[in-house]
Amino acid sequence: MDDQLPLRARHVAKSFGGGWNPTHSLPWRRNGHARSDPARRVVDDVSFEIRRREIFGVIGANGSGKSTLIRIISTLLLPDAGDVHIFGMDVVRETMKVRSLLNRVSADPSFFRNMSALENLLFFGKVYGVSKQEVRRRAPQILARLGLEWERALEPMSNLSRGQQQKIAVARALLTSPVLMLLDEPTTGLDPRSKRDVQSFVSEVRQEHDATILLTTHDMEEAELLCDRIAFLSGGRIVAEGTPLDLRRQVADGRPLEEITMETVFMELTGRSVEEDEEAEAGVAAR
Amino acid sequence: MTTGVEAMDVRTRAGGGRLAWAFVERQTNLWKRYWAWEIVWLVYGVVNTLAITFIAKQVGNEGTGASFDTSKLVLFLLIGTLVWAYLSAVLDDISLVVTWERWEGTIEHTLMAPVPRALHLLGMSVFGVLHAVVRTLLIFAIAIPFFNIDFGSANWLTAAVVLFAGSFSIAGLAILAGVLPLLYPERGTQMSFMVQALVLLVSGVYYQVSVLPGWLRVFSHVSPATYILRGIRGGIIDGQSLADVWPTLLALGIFGALLIPLGILTFMAAEHWAKKTGKLKRQG
Repeated sequence: MDDQLPLRARHVAKSFGGGWNPTHSLPWRRNGHARSDPARRVVDDVSFEIRRREIFGVIGANGSGKSTLIRIISTLLLPDAGDVHIFGMDVVRETMKVRSLLNRVSADPSFFRNMSALENLLFFGKVYGVSKQEVRRRAPQILARLGLEWERALEPMSNLSRGQQQKIAVARALLTSPVLMLLDEPTTGLDPRSKRDVQSFVSEVRQEHDATILLTTHDMEEAELLCDRIAFLSGGRIVAEGTPLDLRRQVADGRPLEEITMETVFMELTGRSVEEDEEAEAGVAAR
Repeated sequence: MTTGVEAMDVRTRAGGGRLAWAFVERQTNLWKRYWAWEIVWLVYGVVNTLAITFIAKQVGNEGTGASFDTSKLVLFLLIGTLVWAYLSAVLDDISLVVTWERWEGTIEHTLMAPVPRALHLLGMSVFGVLHAVVRTLLIFAIAIPFFNIDFGSANWLTAAVVLFAGSFSIAGLAILAGVLPLLYPERGTQMSFMVQALVLLVSGVYYQVSVLPGWLRVFSHVSPATYILRGIRGGIIDGQSLADVWPTLLALGIFGALLIPLGILTFMAAEHWAKKTGKLKRQG
């Protein structure tokens, strides 16, 4: 096992639902059968590697398995099959070691709403072993680079806009100096300016820090702007992987590469657009 | 350039006590921000204490025979309501460990932090006990002028030691109850309140356990709250010394030694199951 590799996922699979559930056999539940709905495979035989200081993008529609994959890597979900190693450490067997190496920014900023941003940062810093002094020293610098005045960090989170909260979330992740940052749709729902601030900060982090980044998004432009390599996830499976240029070449078929958008690449490699993929996934979820 | 292992070594600098204390500080910050709720619970606690203890005064006024000692009944019920205010606050604070995180939307970020679960639960338990002590002392201070009680023979040391010893077992019980919201995101919180209700019923909070039907009285023996109430009443009403209540302290010690590891291990097993089935989601 290469313990210098920030992330290696091999044949990872995860299903939800299914199995035997005795409560379903109660007369007033369903049809009185002790069987649950059939299991729904959300991540299906996914394998990939991320190299040091690389931004690796996973693109897929809502429901394509991106967040489930991130949760498995974050040690919040156990895979049914396969394994994930962070710097050679298994996320299931060496959970605590792995947790100290990574941090995550999700689409939902996830803060204690009535606590101030500073109180949130102090708490989350402390549980990662970052001292109060260090948080007070570094947080203003990070927030300034994200275009957020330090005074706002003293207000309750509920007073801040969605974009400002997301910038605090990015600061929270960076404060702990993760060697692997998991950015799970970090710009979803942000206004254009906040989105640009977060995106340029992500590029800056890669250049200035020793961080490797896994970015999930359904924003093709964002993926192309930030990522060194991209994997397309559809129906829980990786259907294509490579640099943006490689992926364009795969579908070029004689056309000039600059005329091919990442949306076109996604459509041609997955057989549908992100929107169609989302509708299909929603249909599966509804069943 | 640091390797992953080097970076990890740097992060092991946080001691266990510091990690656990982070949760005490966080809960204190939340407590300050939700001060209005604290006042609501304080008023509720005071009203509950007064309403139940006034029953004893009414019984005294109506007279139930020459041998009846009204002041003893007042003290019996006052201790019952105060101890219950304490126990329910501890049970609430600790058993809602998962509910609270789900409500705030922080469950995933908190549970993926590199903090051993035992330290996380320890921190929540320490806050629960400190919070309950402050709230109960306030209720006591507000309620006491309403009654003419003679504490001349009370042994406060016995009461304090019993409460301290009993807090471990209650924390263990609360951690066990806290597993329910982890297992059942939608109904688990209500189920943990049911645990509190059962403890209230069988532990002799407002009456002697001897009045319970035989089959129900059996459960009073396995509730640590029964022993806490017995020990504190023994110290305050009967002036019993620590030597007098040692069997009660021994029972509480055994409960604590069993319930805390059992609670933590059960919580960890439930967390494993939740990670397997995807129940550790942000919303319930």
